Amino acid sequence: METSTSETETALVAALRAGEPAAYERLVREYGGRILAVCERLLFNREDARDAVQETFLSAFRSLESFDGRSQFATWLHRIAVNASLMKLRTKRRHPEQSIDDLLPTFQSDGHRSDPGSRWTNSAGEISERRETQQLIREKIEGLPESYRNVLILRDIEELDTETVAEMLELSPGAVKVRLHRARQALRTLLEPIFGGASK
Amino acid sequence: MTCHDALDFLDDYLDGNLPWGQRIAFGLHLGLCRPCRDYLDGYRKTIEASRKALSEQAVTSCQQLPDEMVQAILAARSQVPHTDRRD
Repeated sequence: METSTSETETALVAALRAGEPAAYERLVREYGGRILAVCERLLFNREDARDAVQETFLSAFRSLESFDGRSQFATWLHRIAVNASLMKLRTKRRHPEQSIDDLLPTFQSDGHRSDPGSRWTNSAGEISERRETQQLIREKIEGLPESYRNVLILRDIEELDTETVAEMLELSPGAVKVRLHRARQALRTLLEPIFGGASK
Repeated sequence: MTCHDALDFLDDYLDGNLPWGQRIAFGLHLGLCRPCRDYLDGYRKTIEASRKALSEQAVTSCQQLPDEMVQAILAARSQVPHTDRRD
């Protein structure tokens, strides 16, 4: 149904550009829930997310003319929502980040592991099946320093590519890759006491 | 290849971007090193579980915007200049 979706989007964009009030309402109602979810994932705060949703739509209204149709309209809107959320985070940033070095694996001088760790016997689906467990995972993600958490969410959850994330966060692609790797390792360490109970 | 080297290759391995030679060396190391196999397994599950946990949040948080939010956005829209108004 990719084509019909695309045709629907094209018609919607044309109606928006023509300034039809019904098209604006349809846009907000149709995409609003998804946009709120994106903002909540990045902001972990309902009120901030609502502000970011409003800013997303107003920003989209202002820049409708710049939508060139090369990407899907939903993708274009998604990026505006991510940028609005990141902007919100920037305005709220107020304390230096804690180091995550303690959450990274350690090695002996010969390059082998200092701590062999434990096996995770459950599948990812089993791990995250229960609502309480999902909440626990969200809390661990929220607990990561912002610069790592943002990269992890944008790459692993929002599934943006490295170059796009680099552009959004004003980092080099290499820096994004390093932060993603460190964020995943740190999160793995945080989840290990909960999910890594099997004997070696 | 040491465990430290193997760790550096994890993301490229998972993305399928590891050059052939390094992929062979990585596979050999994994075959011989149980802690690295377990680490890779947990690393992969971390990615999948976090994706699922936050995606579930998307599903359960809100299918639609509350009506008052929709109205607030549409009201604020009237303040936004439209470059191609035909009315």
